[in-house]
Amino acid sequence: MTEAIKNSLEGKAAVLEGLPEHPAVRAILGWNPGALVDAKFDRGELTLTIAAEEIHAAAVAVQAAGYNFFEDMTAVDWFPSSPRFQLSYHILSHSYKEYIRLRVLVDGPDAAVETMTTVWPAANYYEREVFDLFGIRFGGHPNLRRILMPDDWEGHPLRKDYPVEGYR
Amino acid sequence: MSDLQSMPILQAPVAEGAKDQHMVVNMGPQHPATHGVLRLVLEIDGEIVVRLYPEIGYLHTGIEKTCEAKFYQQVVPLTDRVNYLDPLSNNLCYCLAVEKLLGLEAPPKAQWLRVLLAELSRLNSHLIWLGTHAMDIGALTVFLYTFREREEILRIFEGLAGQRMMTSYFRIGGLLMEPPLDFFDRVQAFIHMLPEKIDEYSNLLTGNPIFRGRLKGVGFLSAADAVALGVTGPPMRASGVDFDLRRDMPYSGYEKFQFHVPIATEGDCWARYEVRLVEMRESIKIIQQALDGMPQGPIKADAPKIVLPDREKMKTQMEALIHHFKIVTDGFAVPAGEVYQGIEAGHGQTGYYVVSDGTAKPYRVHMRYPSFATLQALETMCKGRLLADVVAVIGSIDIVLGEIDR
Repeated sequence: MTEAIKNSLEGKAAVLEGLPEHPAVRAILGWNPGALVDAKFDRGELTLTIAAEEIHAAAVAVQAAGYNFFEDMTAVDWFPSSPRFQLSYHILSHSYKEYIRLRVLVDGPDAAVETMTTVWPAANYYEREVFDLFGIRFGGHPNLRRILMPDDWEGHPLRKDYPVEGYR
Repeated sequence: MSDLQSMPILQAPVAEGAKDQHMVVNMGPQHPATHGVLRLVLEIDGEIVVRLYPEIGYLHTGIEKTCEAKFYQQVVPLTDRVNYLDPLSNNLCYCLAVEKLLGLEAPPKAQWLRVLLAELSRLNSHLIWLGTHAMDIGALTVFLYTFREREEILRIFEGLAGQRMMTSYFRIGGLLMEPPLDFFDRVQAFIHMLPEKIDEYSNLLTGNPIFRGRLKGVGFLSAADAVALGVTGPPMRASGVDFDLRRDMPYSGYEKFQFHVPIATEGDCWARYEVRLVEMRESIKIIQQALDGMPQGPIKADAPKIVLPDREKMKTQMEALIHHFKIVTDGFAVPAGEVYQGIEAGHGQTGYYVVSDGTAKPYRVHMRYPSFATLQALETMCKGRLLADVVAVIGSIDIVLGEIDR
């Protein structure tokens, strides 16, 4: 196993102690330390778990800190555990030349978070995709319609309780 | 963003002050200039595009869902099918992501061959782009020339992996097998011949007044818009954003290669054309360096429980046979965790987000493909321009519907 796996930092306290100078960590601490639920540094990647209702403000804070490029966003369904859905935002910084992952945990049949399109317009299609395939709603999204599946499709295919053969 | 702009065109009332001269036109999904099955709904005022709304999903096959039902090594051939014009970049990105999860590193020779093949794959992608883009504009000749050169790349791939397009040559922890004996000579002959062919395309197109007229000043995208809308790769660099993952966040040994990242500031279709032409020449330089400095050694990592043994060993050694049987029937367990690996593919930044729950099958594989994000910028580039320019802009962002719909 390589160094990267050995040098992992598990938990909020360990990351705050191990990476106090990291620009994204500093940005979150300078904005609202209470919104940082959990943190992890694993395999060279920093993951910051943010409280679901604070994600929009956290995005504004990291964007101001130099994480300017919205690279990717998706969800993971941890069915049947709770909270069920994890949203992962991968943000790239052109100046620091690194990625960070913002992570949000949401739950419930009508899981919803605030849209990221006002911070990064690039989030538009990605949020539509997550809505289409996972059924997570994004409050304030300008056009939250299905994107890959037909408009009249029932169900959300990437959910773990969605059968691979489709509903019979 | 106003309510009107955000609504789908077919359901929205026509734009402010439009009276009744606005027309809604459907373009695609079966349209030769949309490079596949892209459907655009356009609202036009005379010949001027007022609004544009892409409808995608016609090629959606649920590859991400399929990945969850396969072993890690079985996902590799699926990734080829996503961006079928740049197959080895997909393989590379997925393999790097899983290797990061495993804490495994491919041996030096495998890394250099991966770089060589990824660049060859980029040339393949750019040759198709140039041919089809010029054909959309009306210069049919270049298409025949670029496909002649692409044929040689496909033959090299065929000799390498037995497949012309869906090569699936990379494996987690290395490569499928040693390249054939004439491989390096063929690649050397190909890149020796290619620069003058690029000059030939350039002679046909760069001075061509029709081609210039159709591309110059068309499809403008500012640097701020490119970053905001998630545009990556050559379209982003043509808008003046100086960022290339190969140079700035090197992976798979790219830090050992010297190359120049072309930048243009005009942000129009012409700038994208020029950036890609220079990129092709830079790819040739990288391939030359890879050929010259190719290290010796194994092409598979020393991890018998993850990498399939050589055929020869499997038939003579009991341990190798056991490992082969275990990998094929049970797969290999990958430590729990999540990784995101981004690489610079032909069209832009490709990324794989792989989540493992500690079993032999990926819990979730998400693919970030550049055309999906670049498509969002299409309206910005086409608004206020002629309907015929939409075709030029689609060609210039080098769209592949397989990677948009996945």
